[in-house]
Amino acid sequence: MIPYGAIVSSYLVAAVLFILSLGGLSTQKTARRGNLYGIIGMALAIAATTLLILDKVQFPEGMAENFSGVLLNNSTTTTVLAVAIGLGALIGAVLAARVGMTSMPELVAILHSFVGLAAVLVGISTYLGSGIPVPEGGELVHNIEIYLDVFIGAITFTGSILAFLKLRGSISGKPLTLPGRHLLNLAMVIGCVVLAFDFVPAEGHSAVAPLLWMALIAGIIGFHMVAAIGGADMPVVVSMLNSYSGWAAAAAGFMLKNDLLIVTGALVGSSGAILSYIMCRAMNRSFVSVILGGFGTDGGGGGSASAAKDQGEVITFDVDEAVESMREASNIIIVPGYGMAVAQAQHSLSQVVDFLKEKGKSVRFAIHPVAGRLPGHMNVLLAEANVDYNIVLEMDEINDDMPETDLVLVIGANDIVNPDALEDPASPIAGMPVLEVWKSGTVVVMKRSMGTGYAGVQNPLFFKDNTRMLFGDAKAVVDQLMTGLRS
Amino acid sequence: MKIGVPREVWPGECRVAASPANVKRLVKMGFSVVVESGAGAAASFDDESYRKAGAEVIEGTAALWEQSDIVIKVRAPMEQPDLGTHEAELLREGGTLISFIWPGQEEELVQKLAARKATVLAMDCVPRITRAQKLDALSSMANIAGYRAVLEAAHHFGSFFTGQMTAAGKVPPAKVMVVGAGVAGLAAIGAARGLGAIVRAFDTRPAVEEQVQSMGAEFLTVKLEEDGTGSGGYAKQMSQAFIDAEHELFEEQAAEIDIIVTTALIPGKPAPLLITEQAVKNMKPGSVIVDLAAERGGNTAGAVADQVVQSHGVTIIGYTDLPSRMPNVSSDLYGNNICHLLDDMGGAGEYRVDEEDEVVRGALVLHDGQMKWPAPVKKLPEEQKKPEAAPQETVAEPVAPAEKKDRGPLVLLLIGLALIAVGWSGDDGFLHQITVFVLSCFVGYQVIWNVSASLHTPLMSVTNAISGIIIVGGLLQLGGPLDSPATILGVIAVFFATINIAGGFLVTQRMLKMFQG
Repeated sequence: MIPYGAIVSSYLVAAVLFILSLGGLSTQKTARRGNLYGIIGMALAIAATTLLILDKVQFPEGMAENFSGVLLNNSTTTTVLAVAIGLGALIGAVLAARVGMTSMPELVAILHSFVGLAAVLVGISTYLGSGIPVPEGGELVHNIEIYLDVFIGAITFTGSILAFLKLRGSISGKPLTLPGRHLLNLAMVIGCVVLAFDFVPAEGHSAVAPLLWMALIAGIIGFHMVAAIGGADMPVVVSMLNSYSGWAAAAAGFMLKNDLLIVTGALVGSSGAILSYIMCRAMNRSFVSVILGGFGTDGGGGGSASAAKDQGEVITFDVDEAVESMREASNIIIVPGYGMAVAQAQHSLSQVVDFLKEKGKSVRFAIHPVAGRLPGHMNVLLAEANVDYNIVLEMDEINDDMPETDLVLVIGANDIVNPDALEDPASPIAGMPVLEVWKSGTVVVMKRSMGTGYAGVQNPLFFKDNTRMLFGDAKAVVDQLMTGLRS
Repeated sequence: MKIGVPREVWPGECRVAASPANVKRLVKMGFSVVVESGAGAAASFDDESYRKAGAEVIEGTAALWEQSDIVIKVRAPMEQPDLGTHEAELLREGGTLISFIWPGQEEELVQKLAARKATVLAMDCVPRITRAQKLDALSSMANIAGYRAVLEAAHHFGSFFTGQMTAAGKVPPAKVMVVGAGVAGLAAIGAARGLGAIVRAFDTRPAVEEQVQSMGAEFLTVKLEEDGTGSGGYAKQMSQAFIDAEHELFEEQAAEIDIIVTTALIPGKPAPLLITEQAVKNMKPGSVIVDLAAERGGNTAGAVADQVVQSHGVTIIGYTDLPSRMPNVSSDLYGNNICHLLDDMGGAGEYRVDEEDEVVRGALVLHDGQMKWPAPVKKLPEEQKKPEAAPQETVAEPVAPAEKKDRGPLVLLLIGLALIAVGWSGDDGFLHQITVFVLSCFVGYQVIWNVSASLHTPLMSVTNAISGIIIVGGLLQLGGPLDSPATILGVIAVFFATINIAGGFLVTQRMLKMFQG
């Protein structure tokens, strides 16, 4: 028998390990150790809880009956539990091993939905089941906690499912803008509040129906909210859902009077919130405007104004000319965007970089915070392609070096290198910090066509005197560049 | 078209208006060139090398002036000591002269030339615009003067420039202060830095701070804010308060400075006095001051043009012929400036004095004897005038972050009030949970801001994994009978949470491995 105090302190140790786990991610060197801390913490927490429910714990005087409701009372349940854990671990492991790095956003989204789903299930189950008895007079607060847990969990669940489908390309990434969508959302939220008055004061466990109805409405809210947000705002959506999944876990902690859940949920919740904030700042947009969605459609006024401007001629490059300019340059910066991820060009690009570095050139990557569909997405792709992380720099670190750079290669990026963000106050992306590539000697932009980026605005960069357009699929073009450089 | 290069007659002048390399270039442009015998001797160009470059070398000053369509010179025309006549009178009637003229000071000379119906282009009047940089002789000469000033100082200075740690003892590096960071000043900074000295520089124009720093010198400032930017790249005259502040700064600096190079000139005004008697006194004996403005009265108290004087143990050098002390390179660069001017005027084939041309018009003093100086000030288009200021204005607004109002304190206050309200209700357990929750949010906030941006994706997957802690919630719901809804839902929750935990941690591990590889 293990004393109950050991269980409590295991939870404490697990919470500390989770904090260390996130702290480890501050540098690449300590990151793996951080992940290990997380695994140990999780193992400890599960082990302690399992011992508790298997009745291996010696409770202090008078506490035993508090926990009598959580003890497993037959071996079949134990077997079912073992199977559930085993199967879940297996599926998780396969998912993790199989996922391509370009599909990381999808994986992250679907995992968020699982947390949301689990929170909903645990919430309903808590309401129905015996579990840990609620102290006298705590019914009201307890019911509110359950209600909140299910609400947040349901939004996270359906929102993440839709984000997953959008990121996977199963449904269009275009924002769905129903007429009066803000009013619709508001009506649904009010509906949930109204249902709360039916649910919360109900005696016993009799008000299951309002809870389920609310779960359904919250699910629709989550779905509709993500539907209104377009493709390139996905970094914000995914980090927001990350945050929600944390709050859902924290709400479950309140509900179950479990400090470990509260601590962990709060950590994850603030992590996601900060990531959302960083992403919004990188686009110079407020969080609210991103969440309300519809971007790229209602900014049409400014877009057409700049399109009406006389942009002049674009100058195109063929592969040989691009190769020539790469040979001449000694200081090169590469700006990757979502287009690189779509074309899976990172491996070919890595070879080009290795070749250029061998020739003694300085080659670096400049990463905009919102490049790709997930915070840090480009870094992961480049790491996968064996690009040394020391040459992969953030926008703030490298923007000042642009004037001394001979050549900038822009691969599949558009809005993040748009000079209008700084120069045209009427532009929908005005004020968004961008990589100031046009200050360099020559900019070669690799792009499939002259189409506009996510924001739907024309990019004056393409018409600058020192810009050369190199049209084609990113991967095919990079491969041709490699062949050209070698010959 | 025949270009004549006479010997300079100014006493001690070693330069010549064209080097053999310049002659070659002029010949290529279609001119024929005559050079007076011995014209380049002082600059180490012998007659033979001129002949090789394609010039005709002739004896006799008068003959050279007589047969040349265009005469190019360095110094303004003056009394020819050998012939006893003024050079202006040697110029052919209706001939062209290109040289330094200083029409502002030399009215008499200009009148003499006008009497010859001459066309005169003054190299010192070339407008200071971007297009004319390659023919700006003042800049090319100032560059040489700045460099030479440091060498002259080194010559009179009794110590090393660079600090040395020798077996015999330690020598600290010399400290050099350059006043006026124009072309000459920047060249002086470069030369002094090259010799290893510690260099400080002062200028009234704030815009040059960056240039000074890029040359490796420290930029000195006075506490008073006043912009001394005048027109044409020169400084303007400053207020009395500012001048007092300057004097104070220099007197203070003088105590530790070994060498001062002053280059401060204000167009059309005597040179401003910057290094006061007191500043000179403050300097250590053996220190050196080179005053490049000595010709115009000097920046230094006690400086005498063309002389080296001692004052309070400090050597003050007032040479005005610094470019001439490096005649080889200065002749070559000056000749280049003239070649560029002639090239601009159409070369030999299409040579013409085009008054519409901004550069030619600026330099033109006389056109066929007609007074053309000073050139009318052409109003520059707004755009050209401030090429940097204009875009900046439009940038200023949108660049400011969207959220300007700091609502932080208000939000904190509201949260604080809400917490106290919760405490009022007196639910002990709930209060404990809220405490844990709020503290965890703060910990999370602190920890997450430290996460490197390149690790944001692993951060998401690892938080994904640890939010699988909801599994604990599922595990605690299994106490009922297996077929009760609560247990079934609990098992399903455990199942999904496990996928999350396993998937999240493993994929993080996979990603981080790539980062290390």
